[in-house]
Amino acid sequence: MKNNTSGGSKGDILLEMRGLRIEGQADETWQPIIKGIDIVLHRGEVLGLIGESGAGKSTAGLAAMGFARPGCRISGGSIVFDGMDLMAASEEERRKLRGSRIAYVAQSAAASFNPAHKLIDQFTELPVKHGKSSRNAAEADAKDLYKRLLLPDPDNIGYRYPHQVSGGQLQRAMTAMALACRPDLIIFDEPTTALDVTTQIEVLVTIRDIVTQFNTAAIYITHDLAVVAQMADRIMVLRYGELVEEADTDTMMAHPKEKYTKTLWAVRTFKKQATGTYTDSAPLVRVEHVTAAYGDIPVLYDISFDVHPGQTVAVVGESGSGKSTAARVITGLLPPKEGRVLVHDKPLPGDYRKRTKDQLRHAQMIYQMADTAVNPRHRIREIIGRPLSFYLGMKGDQLENRIRELLNLIELDPDQFIDRFPGELSGGQKQRICIARALAAEPDFIICDEVTSALDQIVAEGILKLLDRLQRELNLAYMFITHDLATVRAISDEVVVMLQGRIVEHGPCAEMFQPPHHEYTDLLLSSVPEMDPNWLDGLMERRRREGMMESASTS
Amino acid sequence: MSDSVDTTVEQTADALPPPPRQRGLSVAWRELKKAPLSAKFGLLVIVGYVFVALFAPVLTPYGESEIVGSEFEPWGGPFVLGTDNLGRDMLTRLIYGARNTIGIAFVTTCLAFLIGGVAGILAAALAGWVDQALSRLVDVLMAIPALIFSLLLLTIFGTSIPTLIVIIAVLDSTRVFRLARAVSLNVVVMDFVEAARLRGEGIGWITIREVLPNIMPPLVAEFGLRFCFVFLTIAALSFLGLGIQPPTADWGSMVRDNATLITYGDVTPLLPAGAIALLTVGVNFVVDWFLHKTSGLRDEK
Repeated sequence: MKNNTSGGSKGDILLEMRGLRIEGQADETWQPIIKGIDIVLHRGEVLGLIGESGAGKSTAGLAAMGFARPGCRISGGSIVFDGMDLMAASEEERRKLRGSRIAYVAQSAAASFNPAHKLIDQFTELPVKHGKSSRNAAEADAKDLYKRLLLPDPDNIGYRYPHQVSGGQLQRAMTAMALACRPDLIIFDEPTTALDVTTQIEVLVTIRDIVTQFNTAAIYITHDLAVVAQMADRIMVLRYGELVEEADTDTMMAHPKEKYTKTLWAVRTFKKQATGTYTDSAPLVRVEHVTAAYGDIPVLYDISFDVHPGQTVAVVGESGSGKSTAARVITGLLPPKEGRVLVHDKPLPGDYRKRTKDQLRHAQMIYQMADTAVNPRHRIREIIGRPLSFYLGMKGDQLENRIRELLNLIELDPDQFIDRFPGELSGGQKQRICIARALAAEPDFIICDEVTSALDQIVAEGILKLLDRLQRELNLAYMFITHDLATVRAISDEVVVMLQGRIVEHGPCAEMFQPPHHEYTDLLLSSVPEMDPNWLDGLMERRRREGMMESASTS
Repeated sequence: MSDSVDTTVEQTADALPPPPRQRGLSVAWRELKKAPLSAKFGLLVIVGYVFVALFAPVLTPYGESEIVGSEFEPWGGPFVLGTDNLGRDMLTRLIYGARNTIGIAFVTTCLAFLIGGVAGILAAALAGWVDQALSRLVDVLMAIPALIFSLLLLTIFGTSIPTLIVIIAVLDSTRVFRLARAVSLNVVVMDFVEAARLRGEGIGWITIREVLPNIMPPLVAEFGLRFCFVFLTIAALSFLGLGIQPPTADWGSMVRDNATLITYGDVTPLLPAGAIALLTVGVNFVVDWFLHKTSGLRDEK
């Protein structure tokens, strides 16, 4: 495909932002978000922007379009896109640029599509509006791009509504939409963060192919270093709105200079201390031949596994594999059709409403989204205090002291936090509160449902370490539901791999990461990005040879 | 990697102290100062009415149903706003009317919210047949025009103030039920409600402690509007003779009693009607502002 935009060969400067300053409004005052950053991007180059949440990555990315979110303003610096000063340009001129020459791919494709319109209608809107092509030509182009992006049935998929395709497909449809006008620059804002590892691979491969095919420049925003290593030519590390370090990908991966960059790199190195075997002790929780269904739709088929005291059992699988449903069966939210759940060799009633207070107390749950797992209208004191007074009948000074003890246990200062509302806490702090609430019940078994997937890596690391420490101190057993294999490797003693409601492989953690694997486990394991910049190429090469994944073949 | 690096990361990433808290009262005062003129006006009107209603015996020159002059005396002299069809002082009755009409409307609205709110949250939280039964019952009640239905019920049960309050409250609670149920449905699916259920909490705790605080903003806004409607309904019923009964002063019946004066170009009967209109407008201004604040709408420039 010929690059049909305004000429320019690879290597020319496409975007130049100098001394960029952006401020955000908080309580009547303007707080700096970006404190003077220089970003220079050449044609055909992929720049990786990384940093933890709140570092200003997305804000900087949006500024490349001359756009600031409502409540934010660009307060200084210059933004020059292909010779055009975006700061001086009128809103009308900037709007013309957006979509046609600069495109944006958001993190959550599901939230960015209008659910009421078909994919192809949303695709064609922009080129037709910008007068780049007719409706028919745009539709033909959409089908062509869908094909290049390896969407199944490219001729017809466009006539579906967003909810009728999977998350990975939607993300690719979104990328296709961004390409509709053959932009010079695409900004990818965490395009794969919400996806499973297996889907992530597909999206990463297609994005990279597209960027090379069309000689498009891209800014790739992510907090996942392994991903950025595959995608970017050059990496910039941001923190608190300032540049920490900038270097070519190879240099950056091999020899990070700054201390902060090194900590980012080291984040995935956490490993739980090796523990003994548990086969001799009596199992704490035993799931026996559980089959469950939502109405008439079966979701779990004959699931059995044990959790021993003090043990972590990781349940792995992509979304829809039934891992959360297994948790719902154990907690009693979904009574099983067949089979049963035993605790200390005593069967639990299938319905949580029929369980005793004590049975409920022994198994606690920590949720994926800490935001929705705590009542926003309750103070921390009440959130943590309620299980104490409810299960253990504590009140007065005893209650107050125990709340403070628990806050200390989760490494939050009681004086600062006890009277706050959850809205005043960061994501990691909220998740800690959820952990404290679970601990307050003095359980021996905790179900952790994707507890770190909504957090960025450094914060997630802290949570994992906390959970590990608590396990050792309090001899807790965890059932750890996740799709992140790096987490599994870090904390689990035993792994259960699930696929379409069935357990496909089951064994001690150390063995699971050694071949031979079940075919699906192998697919999962090999899809976890590694820090090696050549990993994706190597993997694709290998898969192509093996012909394992059809979609890996590039067009 | 060394431990020292670890701790720095944790402190910076996760344990940053949250920004200092502001006290609720000072925030409220600051918000009030920023409020648009219409909201300030509305607040002023409401405060004025409440003041008048509370201190009616002190503010009025005569007794509530005391006949102090001849019929339909003109404005001025001993009677600032003249007298009504029985020779009672108009100003006195206007002030007492505030007390009666607002008081009864307020109690009725509270009762309506108690019934409708609790039933709505319960329907959302319990779902299943409870939800079905309550919702269909409400559908039936809403199918009959409220004014006609209340006229019917009032003729059956008599027109004492307690029956008036209960009937209007029950009929009005259907609207509250719908709203409470709708907003609660969004809350009961949240993980914290599931967590409370799994903790073994009873339905009472889930309703009052978990769901209710999260649906307060729309309920409070609705309270303002409902109050106006109840107020108008009472006035309408009184005008029709089935509401608040004489000699209790109330604005609806005052309009009816003195309606004949209109024919002579006297605006006196319009005063109670004006009082109703002013309060309605005031309450709506405040509700508008409150909705605007809590729904997070921003003025687009």
